[in-house]
Amino acid sequence: MPKGMTIAEAILARAGGKARVEPGEIVDAKVDRAMSHDNGALVAKHFAEIGVEKVWDKDRIVLLMDHRVPANDIKTAEGHKKIREFVAKQGIPNFFDIKEGICHQVFPEHGYALPGQLIVGTDSHTTTYGAVGAMSTGIGATEMAGVWATGSLWLMVPKSFKFNVKGKFPKGAYPKDLILKIIGDLKADGADYASCEFYGPAIDAMTVGGRMTICNMSMEMGAKSAICPPDKKVFDYLKGRAKGKYEPVYAAKDAAYEKTFDYDVSALEPMVAAPHTVDNVKPLKDVAGTKINQAIIGSCTNGRLEDLKEGAAILKGKTIYKDVRLIVAPASREVLLAAMKDGTMDIYVRAGAVVINPGCGPCLGAHEGIMAAGERCISSTNRNFKGRMGDPASEVYLASPAAVAASALEGAIADPRGYLK
Amino acid sequence: MKGKVWKYGDDVNTDVILPGRYLSNYDAKFLASHAMEDIDKEFAPNVKQGDIVVGGRNFGCGSSREQAATCLTAAGVQAVVAKSFARIFYRNAINLGLPVIQAPELVEKLQKGDEVELDMEKGTVKLMRTGESVAFKSLPPFIMELLRDGGLIPHLKKQMAEKKGISQP
Repeated sequence: MPKGMTIAEAILARAGGKARVEPGEIVDAKVDRAMSHDNGALVAKHFAEIGVEKVWDKDRIVLLMDHRVPANDIKTAEGHKKIREFVAKQGIPNFFDIKEGICHQVFPEHGYALPGQLIVGTDSHTTTYGAVGAMSTGIGATEMAGVWATGSLWLMVPKSFKFNVKGKFPKGAYPKDLILKIIGDLKADGADYASCEFYGPAIDAMTVGGRMTICNMSMEMGAKSAICPPDKKVFDYLKGRAKGKYEPVYAAKDAAYEKTFDYDVSALEPMVAAPHTVDNVKPLKDVAGTKINQAIIGSCTNGRLEDLKEGAAILKGKTIYKDVRLIVAPASREVLLAAMKDGTMDIYVRAGAVVINPGCGPCLGAHEGIMAAGERCISSTNRNFKGRMGDPASEVYLASPAAVAASALEGAIADPRGYLK
Repeated sequence: MKGKVWKYGDDVNTDVILPGRYLSNYDAKFLASHAMEDIDKEFAPNVKQGDIVVGGRNFGCGSSREQAATCLTAAGVQAVVAKSFARIFYRNAINLGLPVIQAPELVEKLQKGDEVELDMEKGTVKLMRTGESVAFKSLPPFIMELLRDGGLIPHLKKQMAEKKGISQP
């Protein structure tokens, strides 16, 4: 008897028009949705080179701008202009200009990420949509031009890893700390080409947003996709959002996983990824007291309302350290509106934070918080590579929004647990 | 084609291959002039047509930016050899016509500055320093076809032209 399929295998079998697929097999897969951000300008350039008049299906393409919004230089402005022209020419209805926020927040918020779907995006953190039970993965701009022309691409069926996560998160530890811990254990290539599926009571108890953090950062250990089985929380989240019908896909009881990992979050403590790799993970206490110049709360990893509230709970009624720049970037307009309404933004502004517009902001070192040589930042974002946030001689530590907030108060890397009742 | 080896370690990420601050300019020559600058300032000014970049494990990890592959091809790099590749870079390289060779044993034998002769069709690298010829596992036929066509765009153009040819007797 052949074994049953994992979620990734079942989705790729459906997208490839096959009854079943095996890891290593190459399928010509039809995609359900294709997402591009600012680099859509580069995709459009390649698309024109192919010589096709119209995209394969204008309703399945989602375009937005988030990396450098509003445009930070003339080249970016030209790119944005090209995207707007392309959208108008092709009549693409699913387009969001600079006001809406980060692709990986806006895409699910507007109901484009659906359980059981195959989604490709020209961004490595496209893995985020696994939080709602989709198989989603990052591709390059040239490849996306091919998708726009044909609606399909070749994909190798990945091997699947299973993560069983049990226990209750202790005070001061969050999904971000869990995924940092996992990346530290598996290392930057530990899940190369693999689809990671997350199960267990700790995942079930997690918000959809927390699952997005986990799926988003699984990319940092090389994962092709990261998927949580969709449950009632996901279906509730999608109510009033979902663009179209969907059919959840689950793994067979006898599905074959190449590796299984067991985690218990009961004793999890605040973690950091120290410079200059995401897998350079250590307990926060090992680097506590390290001076910082900048602190950032935001990004597709941790810029949702729950993340902003996590930081605000620590900053409420306090003022940040005099020599620290705290930058807050809500992940989307929806998040910003909610954070204004419930008083979260008020706390940040009073504490001395600089609130910037929804978008990728300083995460990739494009604008809105670039660092000089010798400067150091603690950030709730997803990468700490050399030169990522500015000068190659600057440093980035990755941590939870709570740890970033506590550090902004002290001017040095600080344990958030001391500030939590 | 003969070329010189530029050797690096494990986990060379796309942020150091082509820093984010240069991403909004799509000019390939401009991108090439900044290739690898955050880990090797000597690379961009000195790399020559036909040179080979050699990496350790997980070459090209991180951001999906295909400019990381574009900047290397535009700089004249003939191929990237590594112990393993991160998946998005691997696909981007092939789609842009840049051969990627996964060959851990070969990586061990190559030193910075070595002169080598690469034959993609035969699947061999000749190391001039020792005269040794090392074979590597060749890429699947459909990927070799993509590379011969010069990448995905010319490949798709060719396919579309062939389709038209059939429909017009």
